[in-house]
Amino acid sequence: MNSRRLRGLIRKEFLQILRDPSAIAIAFFLPVFLLFLFGYGVSLDARHIPLAVVVDQPTAETSAFVGGLQQSFYFAPKLFPSMQQAQAALMERRVDGIVWLRSNFSRQILQGNTASIGVFVNGVDANNARIAEGYLQGVWQNWLQQRALAAGHPLIVPVDGKDRIWFNPALRSRDYLVPGLIAVIMTLIGALLTALVVAREWERGTMEALMATPAQMAEILLGKLIPYYFMGMGGMLLSVALAVWLFAVPLRGSFAILLLASTLFLLVALGMGLLISSVARNQFVAGQIAIIVTFLPAFILSGFIFYIPSMPTAIQVITHIVAARYFVSILQTLFLAGNVWSIILWNSLALLLMAIFFLGVTLRRSHKRLD
Amino acid sequence: MLARIWALVIKEFLAILRDKKSRFVLIGPPVIQLLVFGYAATFDLDHIPYAVYNQDSGFASRELLGYFQGSRAFQQVATITHESQIAPLIDREKALLVLQIGPDFTEDLLQHRPAPVQVIIDGRNSNTATIALNYVNSILLSFDERWARDHHWGSPPAQLVARAWFNPNLLSRWFIVPGIVALLTLVVTLLVTGLSVAREREQGTFDQLLVTPMTPLEILAGKALPGILVGAVEGTFISLVAVFWFGVPFIGSVFALALGMLLFLFAAVGIGLMISSLSMTQQQGLLGAFLFLVPAIILSGFATPIANMPELVQDLTYANPMRYFLVIVRGVFLEGDGLRDLWSQYWPLAIIAVLSMSAAAWLFRHRMQ
Repeated sequence: MNSRRLRGLIRKEFLQILRDPSAIAIAFFLPVFLLFLFGYGVSLDARHIPLAVVVDQPTAETSAFVGGLQQSFYFAPKLFPSMQQAQAALMERRVDGIVWLRSNFSRQILQGNTASIGVFVNGVDANNARIAEGYLQGVWQNWLQQRALAAGHPLIVPVDGKDRIWFNPALRSRDYLVPGLIAVIMTLIGALLTALVVAREWERGTMEALMATPAQMAEILLGKLIPYYFMGMGGMLLSVALAVWLFAVPLRGSFAILLLASTLFLLVALGMGLLISSVARNQFVAGQIAIIVTFLPAFILSGFIFYIPSMPTAIQVITHIVAARYFVSILQTLFLAGNVWSIILWNSLALLLMAIFFLGVTLRRSHKRLD
Repeated sequence: MLARIWALVIKEFLAILRDKKSRFVLIGPPVIQLLVFGYAATFDLDHIPYAVYNQDSGFASRELLGYFQGSRAFQQVATITHESQIAPLIDREKALLVLQIGPDFTEDLLQHRPAPVQVIIDGRNSNTATIALNYVNSILLSFDERWARDHHWGSPPAQLVARAWFNPNLLSRWFIVPGIVALLTLVVTLLVTGLSVAREREQGTFDQLLVTPMTPLEILAGKALPGILVGAVEGTFISLVAVFWFGVPFIGSVFALALGMLLFLFAAVGIGLMISSLSMTQQQGLLGAFLFLVPAIILSGFATPIANMPELVQDLTYANPMRYFLVIVRGVFLEGDGLRDLWSQYWPLAIIAVLSMSAAAWLFRHRMQ
């Protein structure tokens, strides 16, 4: 190992990065772009759901219920004169659901029976439909409460469920999407960008030129690792700054641990990027492989959006070899819960082992040979 | 002229398919993505790990817990006996939620008093928490209903009777898998066309192409056709897998889907060629494709509803071809739509296709000099 040669290689890499705007774009423009996209564009918090309301026979009872719907922040109800027209609107996707109060609604209540409130939702978006049903239940419970109060006796339901939501009491989806996104962004910089850059050296034949120099293979690899490590950490710091200051996501854990865990994860991502490029040696193939084995799993299989314990067992087993899984767990915990040592230590250990594995395999595979 | 275009199409296919690795890239990743998305990308919760902290020794709490034990959505992972055990379970993600039943639960219920149940839930993933709370609520409601009936609490004046159209069991998979048809068709088409011109530029063969007797428009057609063909084959294949492997119902018109896919492919190929003629290297081409793909997917309604986005972002989605194609695919698969139901989606898609193709042709000619 010769530090002068290494410095030369690093200088060369930095010059190359500065000259090609697309590398800078991946490292600094992409994080900002993704954070804005997810911070503002992605939300599972439904509001103003368009709803058709059909009242066969308007009475005081029905207008109290419809009033509850109109006051709800979650619904934008629209009165339809007949069930037929409401059904047509549901078919044409102008409304997401129908609430139907039949002609015998008030009579049933007066006679002391249980009237039924017909609810039809468009189930195509199953998740959204379920959330809408949940909100409708809230409106219904509210209506029961109001009626009971008006009648002078408090409503008594057997079980009184009380929710205590820890770490994110307002259930803001931004608070978990933004920290998880840091793992996706670092995967892009560490794995995709590195894979493309090294594959380009192979494709253009400049790798051969590098090999003809007295530089050792370990030096060539380090010369790649160090500049991209700094780019990755730069992207990470930028994302954390935006998360905390722009999106007001709380950072409850220690910043030093965040830096350490990010370093470990970045080493895994860089190792994967180098390995992919040395297998593919072609930018198109390297880019595709990097997207499939690093970017997509970081998105889908990391627990970033989808909940791992609900996946089929075979998929759950696969998630154990996804590095982003461990990092996402650390990120969500550090940001929202604080320093939970058992989570931080075990996940960091997994990241450390993966880093050693990928960097070791890359080093072993890389010889000064051209085949 | 047709013969010349055809020759270029064959040459394009050879360039993509000659190399074993590139061949694999065209077939392997879409299949892997299809399986991973189909199985892993679901918002339905299953086996939610929960812990029970039951301070009540009566039969009512046992009855309530029986509802949770009998549900496929929940899986009990621990029984705790002290308040201090709650925090470690939630902090370490051993349990998503803890049900805490107070000491007087059965007593309260027998005395016709409301009996509190605390649900302590990990809010780190707020979406999972929202859905899990929904599940817990519906279990509590069905317990309430039975308890009220069996113990003469009186029945409520009105009850919700909910029914879901098109997807009666509200399976997330029926929503996600047809969406993957649109997603993968877009990804594959964009990668094939987005890199095609950039690759020739980088390797210097673009100049050779220019000195052939072909006109720029012929070259453009020769570059566009392979993308459309590859996209159509992949889109059809994924639709078949959706129906025969994932068992998603297909009740609409095949012709309506085919027309939608064709318009969508034209739009995607136009955008791919625009990106390609703007980029000088493959890396730029790949990055350009990526920079288009990510927002196109996120702002399409693929995973999260467009209606939840801020209004400014909602307006932006009107320019996104995937937005319209998703409505077409889901409409044809689940809602039984035919040609007539989908006009409102076809014409914006056609406009985007014409605009992007003309822009590609213009860029193509002007970046040549």
